[in-house]
Amino acid sequence: MKQNKTMQGYLLNTVVIVVLFAAFQMLTAAYGGSGSFKLVIAPCLWQCCYLIILAASLNLVLGFLGQLSLGHCGFMAIGAYTAALLSLACERSEVFKNANDPVYLVIIFACILAAGVLSALVGLLVGIPALRLKGDYLAIITLGFGMIIVNIINNLPFCGQDGLALGSASASLYKNGLGFGSKSKVTFLWVALLTTIVCMTMMFMFIRSKYGRCIRAIRDDEIAASASGINTSFYKVMTFAYSAFFAGVAGALYACANATLSTSSFAFTNGGILNSTFIVVMVVLGGMGSLTGSVVAAVVMFLVNYQIKNGAWVALLPASVQGVFQYPMLVYAILLIIIIVFRPKGIFGAYEFSLRNLPADLKASRARKAAEKAERKEAGAHV
Amino acid sequence: MSTFIQTLFVGLRLGSIYALVALGYTMVYGIIRLINFAHGDFIMVGGYTMIFTVPAVLALGLPAWAAVIAAIAVCALVGMGTELIAYRPVRKKGTKMTALITAIAMSLLLENLAQAIPAIGPNPKVASQIFTAGGISFAGVTLEYTTLLTIVISAIVMVVLFQFTQRTKLGRAMRCVSEDKEAATLMGINVNHTILATFAIGSGLAAVAALMYMAQYPKIYTTMGSLLGLKAFVSAVLGGIGIIPGAVLGGIVIGLVESFTTSYVSSSMADAFVFLILIVVLVLKPAGILGKNVGEKV
Repeated sequence: MKQNKTMQGYLLNTVVIVVLFAAFQMLTAAYGGSGSFKLVIAPCLWQCCYLIILAASLNLVLGFLGQLSLGHCGFMAIGAYTAALLSLACERSEVFKNANDPVYLVIIFACILAAGVLSALVGLLVGIPALRLKGDYLAIITLGFGMIIVNIINNLPFCGQDGLALGSASASLYKNGLGFGSKSKVTFLWVALLTTIVCMTMMFMFIRSKYGRCIRAIRDDEIAASASGINTSFYKVMTFAYSAFFAGVAGALYACANATLSTSSFAFTNGGILNSTFIVVMVVLGGMGSLTGSVVAAVVMFLVNYQIKNGAWVALLPASVQGVFQYPMLVYAILLIIIIVFRPKGIFGAYEFSLRNLPADLKASRARKAAEKAERKEAGAHV
Repeated sequence: MSTFIQTLFVGLRLGSIYALVALGYTMVYGIIRLINFAHGDFIMVGGYTMIFTVPAVLALGLPAWAAVIAAIAVCALVGMGTELIAYRPVRKKGTKMTALITAIAMSLLLENLAQAIPAIGPNPKVASQIFTAGGISFAGVTLEYTTLLTIVISAIVMVVLFQFTQRTKLGRAMRCVSEDKEAATLMGINVNHTILATFAIGSGLAAVAALMYMAQYPKIYTTMGSLLGLKAFVSAVLGGIGIIPGAVLGGIVIGLVESFTTSYVSSSMADAFVFLILIVVLVLKPAGILGKNVGEKV
């Protein structure tokens, strides 16, 4: 019976995703040429895609394993540089001529995969010593690791601080390869969407599997988990590496969406939207322990960031508020404190949005509200 | 040889700045088991306070370093405010993880708030001369007064702090609370007041560190505290967090590692080396150099 329900859920999700994806392809085909789609919507979708993967992958460690990792952008940096360098190498050795080459598609996916695999390997290397430690120490060691990665990339002769090329500032060397211009971003939009869908599916299947149950047991009580025969170090390191894999994939997408890479984009904090802290904000906002929450939070935070920077309504606000909006991280810091103080579980808490359970959930929620109302009424009657 | 001695003193100077900041981390961690990520930003607060008060202090005819008194007061207030506004409410109802995230958020808030204040702004400010210029020369080595003063003043502050925690009533209360909160409450210690006092003292030490930092690198910017704070935290962990002599030892070790890496290996790799050492120590001896491994109670 339960098996049946799970199958129903998977079937429903698959159908809905396939329909949405097909509809999206049709929309892209219809509006792909128009200016606003090309210049605004497509780049935004690219950003959303990698932010979603990043937030969800950090949630595996932060929400499901219960360990704070502050170096998530380090893995993303590895992924981004791997993908960019690999595509550059392919371009230089003339594996493909231009973006119309059929080999090109293979190369894109190979780059994305390689980025993920290399990140996962580094995640394994970092995780083995780091995960012997807990909580605060792990936070610091991952933070340190994030800095070391940036430091090393800065000192590699073929990557460097000012972008990918040695010496020359922000040379968009790999732009004929993976660094997409606005036209390629529309043409290959489906790559980003498909990658996001596949990654999210893999993460969902992971947390619903035996492994997912084990890591949640570790989060809730590590000693009890190990007493029940769960090899805590193995599961911790595995989750860490698994999460690093997706961070690497997100990095590859980032490399696709930007024609230049600079290590300052992968720092612990910086003025922009992309840094390790911002990912933590997204996960906390969405709810630690809810992958759907992370997806919603990534999109919401992206929109907030976009509106703060580009929204027409910002000009109507008083000057002091506009001054605050020039420092988006200030807004996020206040937001983070407010969420933590008033709703420590985030928007979704540990609730997962599910299409199959939606009617039942709605019904339960209505019933709960009605019960609360009745209780209040009764309490009122007694007074 | 002269390079070696020079590097050694530079390392000691850096190390004593790290040690002063690490003391703040270690005291707060010892008492509430929280990495106060905002601690590095208290240095920034202290730095900017001095930037704004040095002209007034000079106008009064006092030496420039007297501005540190104002900085200590402001830092202590900011530290206590952080505890009251953010940490205490979260500690009451949240988990350890939420407290840690609040600390990160406070750090971001302070950094970005400073940038949003028009008088401060995102551009660095240049500080005036704090200590007398010049130095002592012997055997081909020049030691600046700033270096010597930094080392001496830090040493004095550390000894005073150590005596304070050992001998005074408040210092004993701090040690009690960090050992066992419930038992301390039963002994009639006001835990919340003690925590507040710890924040005030730790933040005040950050202001002293800001003075030393400014004397050497007279450039103040809003994110100056983040890397400095991180390295100081690394020092605290290295020496054994929660242990006051450990913070001093860790600070000096990190300072020496950094200065020797800079002059003998590569300046751009110095940060990577610092974190590498942290990782090695944590793997070999997770409680730090002076810490004791404590088994987990079930």
